[in-house]
Amino acid sequence: MRKYSAFAVAREAFRHHKGWERAWTSPEPKASYDAIIVGAGGHGLASAYYLGKNFGITNVAVIEKGWLGGGNTGRNTTIIRSNYLQDPSAAIYEKARSLYETLSQDLNYNIMFSPRGVIMLAQTHHEVRGYIRTAHANALQGVDTRFIDKHEVKKLVPIMNIEGPRYPVLGGLWQPRGGTARHDAVAWGYARACSDMGMDIIQQTEVTGVRRECGAVAGVETTRGFIGCKKLGIVVAGHSGVVAEMAGFRLPLESVPLQALVSEPIKPCMDVVVMANTVHGYLSQSDKGEMVIGGGTDSHNNYTQRGSFHHVEETVRALVETFPMLSRLKMLRQWGGIVDVTGDRSPILSKTPVEGVFINCGWGTGGFKAIPGSGWGFAELMAKGHSPLTAEFGMERFKEGRFIDESVAAGVAH
Amino acid sequence: MLTLTCPVCGVDACETELAAGGEAHLKRYGPGSTDEQFEDYLFMRPNVKGVHFERWRHAMGCGKWFLAARDTATLEVFGTYAAQTTEPPAEIINAIKAKRPDWSLT
Repeated sequence: MRKYSAFAVAREAFRHHKGWERAWTSPEPKASYDAIIVGAGGHGLASAYYLGKNFGITNVAVIEKGWLGGGNTGRNTTIIRSNYLQDPSAAIYEKARSLYETLSQDLNYNIMFSPRGVIMLAQTHHEVRGYIRTAHANALQGVDTRFIDKHEVKKLVPIMNIEGPRYPVLGGLWQPRGGTARHDAVAWGYARACSDMGMDIIQQTEVTGVRRECGAVAGVETTRGFIGCKKLGIVVAGHSGVVAEMAGFRLPLESVPLQALVSEPIKPCMDVVVMANTVHGYLSQSDKGEMVIGGGTDSHNNYTQRGSFHHVEETVRALVETFPMLSRLKMLRQWGGIVDVTGDRSPILSKTPVEGVFINCGWGTGGFKAIPGSGWGFAELMAKGHSPLTAEFGMERFKEGRFIDESVAAGVAH
Repeated sequence: MLTLTCPVCGVDACETELAAGGEAHLKRYGPGSTDEQFEDYLFMRPNVKGVHFERWRHAMGCGKWFLAARDTATLEVFGTYAAQTTEPPAEIINAIKAKRPDWSLT
């Protein structure tokens, strides 16, 4: 792999840009691998990357049904934060956030990480108490957050109306080191680094079955034939239930679409990320100038990547009170991603009843921010059978009643 | 927008009038059941991509619970029926089979 640098740009400028290589190769699948990851989204590619980087396991294939980064990695609102209440969540999300800080350098690929700061608005007294509690918890967890009053919020976001009649802004939980990153670049950067380590990224290949021998995994059946493996990582988000069924176990998940939309591009007007959980909408401005708006999930199981239209109306209606200028904006695009939601709104990173099969799923409505931490922990789990980052996220926690209850702690938006 | 006919009051209710109640026909095990059975009842879901039986409440209408058969991949509704059943009635099964010949109730 040729390194990307200012020198490379200058060199190519003199060669009519004919010397750039493909960022990753598209090889034919081999007969077998040490490890196969199903799903070339952010989490799958990050898992493969850290398997190679931290544990030297490079005889790895990442198999993808569509194209890499084409699922929820390309459909989220790119927010990165780690202000969670529960210790296991704060640990994995903070690990991810700290890895994001140097990810561009690690991957030699500009992921455009922008630590612009994230505010979670408190618009009810209940939320004020909740966020003060979270700020105290974060102080103990080593996550840099603090509770700020409404005047500080107004100073950070001048376009906000803090005296709204229904939902006045009372304060906010401020994480100055949170922010956004370029979502596609995260997948592309990991893919390029994986390919450079000799891993095979096999796109347009659907896994149709999981072959087991004596209770252990032997490989996967795909649309391009059987591929053997010693270890299998299932990292397929919304379709986890479908792949788990092939491997012969069930998951405590339900799939729903989560929606987002973007406005027409406008001049810079807001340089932080704002989340309003009471009204369920979140907002940031992209580098292109579009206002990126995250909305709600459908209440019923749904595998269409659209979502119900009335959620768009609810989200925008609520945000217009707090951001009156939004009422003049035209919305350009709306889309949905299928998110896999667990009973306690926390992910599952776990061994499974099938020897050699590992599952990384249940990120629900908040997976993008966790990509590097999830990959780091999941790679360790696959390589060593145990990881301190993922220990609490086992799928047996539902049987044992040992929940990591972020549905209560985080409200609705994730 | 999703529209379901409430079998109790007969109104064609749109999604904003209804509250989703998750999967239908869950089996609740009695005293003496195992932890696994309780976990099954509370959390484990087939999360079907295809024909799905589910509970709904006509929250902004008559307030009653009812059940529906719907395809989660196409959003097609096969029919709604009373909540007081332990399995889908024959006419619902027939309606599904008319459109999905390969499908069978598992």
